[in-house]
Amino acid sequence: MIEPEQVIVRLRGAFPDADIQLDDLTGTKDHYQARIVSQAFSGKSPVAQHQLVYAALAEEMKGPIHALALKTYTPETWAKLEKK
Amino acid sequence: MDETVRERIVKLTNSKRVVLFMKGSKMFPQCGFSAQVVGILKESGVDFDTHNILSDQELRQGLKEISNWPTYPQLYVDGKLVGGCDIVTELHETGQLAEILSP
Repeated sequence: MIEPEQVIVRLRGAFPDADIQLDDLTGTKDHYQARIVSQAFSGKSPVAQHQLVYAALAEEMKGPIHALALKTYTPETWAKLEKK
Repeated sequence: MDETVRERIVKLTNSKRVVLFMKGSKMFPQCGFSAQVVGILKESGVDFDTHNILSDQELRQGLKEISNWPTYPQLYVDGKLVGGCDIVTELHETGQLAEILSP
């Protein structure tokens, strides 16, 4: 278990420019879903993008977070999706 | 990680062209995310191997290190990590997965 605020602090540290949306999927503070929009993802494969997020949450992924659904976007991709 | 362990795991990632490391088996997935990826692969009609990480602790820990990926399922194609449940689902929805899976 981990407070959502702590997860956001971690992500904010790794992706200072990011727009972050974090949801607690089960209300148990260990199954989260994160949508992260950051320039840091540009030019990277989906696997590399998620690896960046996992690296930022390395300690948390070892126990406190049981499941993390991830959606990562560059600002450009996200802007296109939002228009749809 | 022991070199023989690493070699064994790398061999498993190449046991077939398409390999899924998952919780449970193709017939009896033991996690919703693993079940979802099995469903997508079955739908695609591709021939794939699965390895149950719940029954192999050495594999479960070792592959996390090799892949630099902390969760399961993990889909490998041509010995390379394609992604976990989120990426596979997104690639499936955008039609890109068919491209990756086609020989």
